[in-house]
Amino acid sequence: MRYAALSDRIGHAVNLVLLALMGLVALFPFLHVLSQSLSSHAAIVSGRVTVYPVGLQLEAYQQLLQDRAFYRSFGVAIVRTVLGTAINMTLTCLMAYSLSRKHLKGRGLIMNMIIFTMIFNGGMIPTFLLLKQLHLLDTIWSLLLPSAVSAFNLILLKNFFQTIPESLAESARIDGAGHGVILRRLFVPLSLPAMATLTLFYAVMHWNTYFDAVMYINNPKLLPLQVYLRNVIVLNDSNMNVTDFSGATLISPESLKAAAIIASIVPMIAVYPFVQHYFVKGVMLGAVKE
Amino acid sequence: MLYLFLIPGVAYFIIFKYLPMYGIIIAFQDYSPFRGISGSEFVGLKHFIRFFTDDEFATVFRNTLLISLYKLVFGFPVPILLALMLNEVRIGWFKKTTQTLFYIPHFFSWVIFGGIVIQVLSSTGIVNSVLHRFGMEPVLFFEHKEYFRSIVVISDIVKESGWASIVYLAAIAGVDPALYEAARMDGAKKRHEIWHITLPCIGSTIMILLILRLGSVLELGVQQVFMLYNPLVYEVGDIIDTYVYRVGLTEQKYSFAAAVGLFQSVVGLILIYVANGLSKRFGGGGLW
Repeated sequence: MRYAALSDRIGHAVNLVLLALMGLVALFPFLHVLSQSLSSHAAIVSGRVTVYPVGLQLEAYQQLLQDRAFYRSFGVAIVRTVLGTAINMTLTCLMAYSLSRKHLKGRGLIMNMIIFTMIFNGGMIPTFLLLKQLHLLDTIWSLLLPSAVSAFNLILLKNFFQTIPESLAESARIDGAGHGVILRRLFVPLSLPAMATLTLFYAVMHWNTYFDAVMYINNPKLLPLQVYLRNVIVLNDSNMNVTDFSGATLISPESLKAAAIIASIVPMIAVYPFVQHYFVKGVMLGAVKE
Repeated sequence: MLYLFLIPGVAYFIIFKYLPMYGIIIAFQDYSPFRGISGSEFVGLKHFIRFFTDDEFATVFRNTLLISLYKLVFGFPVPILLALMLNEVRIGWFKKTTQTLFYIPHFFSWVIFGGIVIQVLSSTGIVNSVLHRFGMEPVLFFEHKEYFRSIVVISDIVKESGWASIVYLAAIAGVDPALYEAARMDGAKKRHEIWHITLPCIGSTIMILLILRLGSVLELGVQQVFMLYNPLVYEVGDIIDTYVYRVGLTEQKYSFAAAVGLFQSVVGLILIYVANGLSKRFGGGGLW
């Protein structure tokens, strides 16, 4: 018995060490990018920057914060996320509530129609041509409307609403409450954790998606943050100044890219600790099958 | 009243999901934006025959299958392992810290995470400075074909494994503790417990997730590949989605690209039906 305990204890130690190593592997890339954003051009080109800044300088951030395109794309991303999530939640709640009422005629048909969109879709080109015909290309609506309801989230919320006892809605009806009141005053407050989770899922989707903007948006004034960031990183495309008046390099382009990455990460990191709980809950919501 | 609630949502599904399905007709036409769907000429299976006999499409199809297969083979077991490892940790702060480190990349966009990957592997990146310190030549990872698929597969594993492990952790938490106690009474060691109790108990969860995964073999994440690839590695990195985008939207061969897209959707549909059937047969209960 004593021997078994020892082997288990060694196993535990090895497990901890491995996890710690994996944690470091996850952490080092961030530290590296952070260090690059703070290091001097000379240190970066000579390959001396690893996980701490060498030749500390803040010029990359100064340049970034002077770039109007950065602010504009940040603003577009915020507008998209707020407006988009509001549309998402409104439509999803209204639909989920109606579809959770068992006496609704045609409920099965609508559910099947929704589920079918999860396994088959028209594809990239027909969707693009549709937006073109609707004259939505190059408008903020092209980023909001095509993803207005997620079938997956809708079904999740519908199932959640169905767990609320029928008798509650029943008694509210007897007291003269309409469906609008029942949804707003009863169902939404009773499912706050699910609401929070879905809001976060939708918000993260809007904040992170960039490929739709690549396809649908040409106007540089409407490009969201992720596309701006991609242009800086992949295409080396920015109005930022990396040389001084004599043409000597002041800031390494690597530094600028790194600073742009860090500036885009910060909002996520700032919000994450407060919402991690809901995210994890949300995965469970989706994982539970009837 | 209830139907009133449904109108905006149903309108959304009809306009943005079902109208594009109608728009698939252009795959069988020589579509011209000026003449529209009704005015364009039908050409039957011309575009399908063209891409099935096209070398470039063969490459794209092979890339898609290979990257998908690698992601499945190497990526699928990682979250299970991670969950088993995390489950054994009894030190609260350690568990919380590592979990946060593993979960958080899931919430970064592929632009951010891909950007980090690009920075780390660039000529001045940390990987090359380490190689340099060991006296090795710098490697330009994004300019050589042989590295690209590994980069895609590994970066996907690093980004998503932690998040994917949550489902398994939940499944493990649901295992009846009495089973472990009984096993310990009989002198079972940790590895016996994991092998004979934990894994069989979460077997059905593993099965369902595996089957779901099989259904999306041809859709492996356009946001990731589009961020990481460049013309130097198209030969090994171009996948169906990026190909449809380039041919369809950049070169504006709408009908041809729509045909390729339709092929992808139909294969996806078949795979999901097959996977669902398998899931039912193995007692996992289908998706519908």
